[in-house]
Amino acid sequence: MPKSPPTSRLELLQGTLDLIILQTLRWGPLHGYGIAQMIRAASRYALRVDAGSLYPALHRLERQRVIAATWQTSDRKQRVRIYRLTAKGRRRLVAERSRWDRLTEAIAGILAHPVERDA
Amino acid sequence: MMAWWPFRRPSRSALLAEELRSHLEMDEADRVARGETPRQAATNARRDFGNVGLVQELTRDMWAAIWIDRLWQDTKIGLRALWRTPAFTVIAVLCLALGIGANAAVFSWMEGLLFRPYPGVASQDRLVAIAGTVKGMPGYTSLSWPDFRDLERLSAGFSAFVADKITGATITGRDRADRLVGELVSANYFPALGIPLARGRGFLAGEDVGNGTHPVVVISYAMWRDRFALDPRVVGRTIDLNGVPLVIVGVASRRFAGTFVGYAMQFWVPASMQAAFTGTYELDDRSAPWIEGYAVLAPGVSRAAAQASITVAAARLAQTFPDVERGRAIRVLPLWETPFNAARELAPMLRVAVVVVLFVLLVACANVANLLLVRSVARRHEMAVRLAIGAGRARLLRQLVTEALLLGAIATVVGLAIAFACRNALSLFFAPRSGASIVLNSNFDWRVLTLSLGVGLVFTLVFALVPALRASDIDVTGALKAVAPSLAGGQRGARLRSAMVMLQVAMSFVLLVGGGLLFVSLQHMRNIDPGFALDRTYTTYVNLLAARYDSTRARLYADRLVTSLDGLAGARGVGLSTSRPLDPGAPYESVPIEVDGYRHAADETPTARSTSITPGYFAALGIRLVRGRDFRRTDSDTTLPVSIVSETMAARFWPGADPVGKRLRAGARWTRVIGVARDIRFESLLDPPAPLFYVPLSQNFAPGFSAFINSPRPLAEVGPAVSRAIRSLDPSLAAYNVLPMRDVAQRSTSPQRIAVTLIGICGALAVLLAAIGLYGAMSYVVSQSTRELGLRMALGAVPAAVLRLVVRRGLSVTTAGLVAGAAAALGTTRLLGDLLYGVSPRDPGAFVAALLVMLGTTLAACLVPGVRAARTDIVKALRV
Repeated sequence: MPKSPPTSRLELLQGTLDLIILQTLRWGPLHGYGIAQMIRAASRYALRVDAGSLYPALHRLERQRVIAATWQTSDRKQRVRIYRLTAKGRRRLVAERSRWDRLTEAIAGILAHPVERDA
Repeated sequence: MMAWWPFRRPSRSALLAEELRSHLEMDEADRVARGETPRQAATNARRDFGNVGLVQELTRDMWAAIWIDRLWQDTKIGLRALWRTPAFTVIAVLCLALGIGANAAVFSWMEGLLFRPYPGVASQDRLVAIAGTVKGMPGYTSLSWPDFRDLERLSAGFSAFVADKITGATITGRDRADRLVGELVSANYFPALGIPLARGRGFLAGEDVGNGTHPVVVISYAMWRDRFALDPRVVGRTIDLNGVPLVIVGVASRRFAGTFVGYAMQFWVPASMQAAFTGTYELDDRSAPWIEGYAVLAPGVSRAAAQASITVAAARLAQTFPDVERGRAIRVLPLWETPFNAARELAPMLRVAVVVVLFVLLVACANVANLLLVRSVARRHEMAVRLAIGAGRARLLRQLVTEALLLGAIATVVGLAIAFACRNALSLFFAPRSGASIVLNSNFDWRVLTLSLGVGLVFTLVFALVPALRASDIDVTGALKAVAPSLAGGQRGARLRSAMVMLQVAMSFVLLVGGGLLFVSLQHMRNIDPGFALDRTYTTYVNLLAARYDSTRARLYADRLVTSLDGLAGARGVGLSTSRPLDPGAPYESVPIEVDGYRHAADETPTARSTSITPGYFAALGIRLVRGRDFRRTDSDTTLPVSIVSETMAARFWPGADPVGKRLRAGARWTRVIGVARDIRFESLLDPPAPLFYVPLSQNFAPGFSAFINSPRPLAEVGPAVSRAIRSLDPSLAAYNVLPMRDVAQRSTSPQRIAVTLIGICGALAVLLAAIGLYGAMSYVVSQSTRELGLRMALGAVPAAVLRLVVRRGLSVTTAGLVAGAAAALGTTRLLGDLLYGVSPRDPGAFVAALLVMLGTTLAACLVPGVRAARTDIVKALRV
């Protein structure tokens, strides 16, 4: 596997991939490649999701029935697997979202104090 | 690629592959749209995506039923791998199957003979045997009916007492008489043991009361089938047993064959019918022990608690009836120690068998581990490739373990088939006693199956794990570069192989020592002088009770029989006796005695064994009279009661004096001792003779006896002649087999003979497996050190020196195993215990013999690899 350059991209925080996938699917059904592209675009190319993380996550979420998948033919006449949020998924998204908000707020609070710069 | 494998799942994996492919294609299309060349686009998309195989693997991990899928996959790969190397698979499966099969066979025998010997008995797990002991006498005694009933009344912790006595009978009424075996039982027999009936009923409460008052019988399913063709109206019909018409009231369930290890019972009658089967009515006689009892423990009551309660009850009985109960104790025994049937004889043998077959399994597993090691070397390349394309080490390990388990599972199935084929093998060791055929069943219930499977899989797993750990621990680049195994890895493997061979040698050594000890014991037993002639003496049984003879007619018949047998060509001595030496089916009566001047201890009832004989008996059996005279035909009912005592009895009760002319009370009657006979071993060939005395049959008659004929002619001639003589006097008598006394004696050493055969076979098997292991190890060492050997020879070593080198190496491995084996043997041969006779468990002879066999085997196993090494082609060896 090619190693990603060490500093150019941000590592995803543990546990946030699920939230990001659910959030991405909120705008409509999408295939795996589309989801990866969306995340890159939405993060202004700061985040990149490995296929090795994305597909296991998609299949795990599918097993948890928060997303569902169907096979469709794309506009390029290609069979693709399309994922969409289920009702359970929407509820999960709301819950995860508020958890995330509280977490970032808490972290922001900690970081609000000015950083002592090293000499 | 797996054309031979017929099943194919609609593949979820294929769909995943398609999904990932679509990802790549979309990425490529986007890149082309952005202006990359198609080639660049394809390369970049692939690089961005990463290892497709790994992504697939990781994603599959998320599927819920992933482990089933993987197991399935591993199984498929494993089967394919085994299929590709049929030689390995067949040898490994055979080795394991022999080991597992031997274990399964022994498990099933233990289950069928000791732990759950009575199929069809619902309360088997709570069933215990009740037996008496008498102070100063070895072994166990049966109980009298009044005692048994009182114990039931007086002790707590039992839900039922079940009286039982095996008995023979002659069935008449058709054109010929036949012999049957059955049991005299208490009325609660069927309900208390939880035996269902196929037809009719069991016995009613109260049917075991009275003398001959309840002529009813329950027959076995087999008898219903064979004699009544499953007639649905069999209940209510009548059969004649020993001339007494009995009404069939029920048919026992198909699975039930009585509560006696060794015979399948054909009928059951209530104890009230005792007189018709044993000749006397003893239900009111407290001094007549004949009940071989069982009891069912109440739920939640332990055997120890039950024992405590019955001990108290026995003490109360002893107070109430001091004359008969003095020195008596009652024991509650688990079924596998039941003293009255074959279980007791077989238990020590089976205990040894468990250890022996475990050793064989260890040796077999060590062999398979060796095979797996070789195989893992051969498969390094395959493993390295699989590691390189992204399989984790854990995955490889799982694959190897799955393969081992597959081997284990196949071997277990084959082994169980072998064990099942041997289920009746034990019966072959017992000469059939007249009449009934021996039944020594194994029992393949779920416990045996589970245990066998568990042992098979666990052993395979443990022994497969080491090679598997090694095989999956691979330096990928090294293994991929060189197809041949690297030397370093090979040496580690060789150490492991040596360890396995050591284990095999050690186990084989122990088995050889055990086998040797038993063999020597058997030789000693063969040479035991029982005190009577084993050769040229034939015996048979005559049952006049069954033919409804009255006493006068029976006495007349006995006289005429002796005369008639005496007249047979070649007959040199003819005698009758109510007992037969070494035949538990014709036991010597235990009789309370009194001797003038002999002072017994307060809690001792002086007893001796006794039998009634005719004047020719001592001559027929070659028993020498030491002093005094033999009985005469003139000793009769009307003359002075006389007796002859054995040497042991004389020494015990008349120490330092000549008993001839002294008085001896036998039971209720005083007799005059007229002679002293040489000791004979009548109860067991191995036990020293117990005090024994003889009385004339004419003064203590019984309408059933064994006949003994001394003749130099062969059995084929004597047998028919004797049968003819018996039948010609009365054709209505059922015929019993005519047996040489040696057969009777041999039967009493059956456990030893079984053990010798078993350990002999197992020992040979183990040595063979060890030789194969040693051969493999040596061949491997030679093939690995071709270069070194070539160098040595180039430097001037002669072939003989090279051969010595290989043999020395083999011996060094064997020696370590032998030392371990000797230590193990010193610790374990004690287990043989009573099976040994006249030889110490640490007999140096057996150890030396085992040592020689193992050394010889080592030499043989090293010879072929050694010769191959000596023929090493120097040029080729050094070019490698």
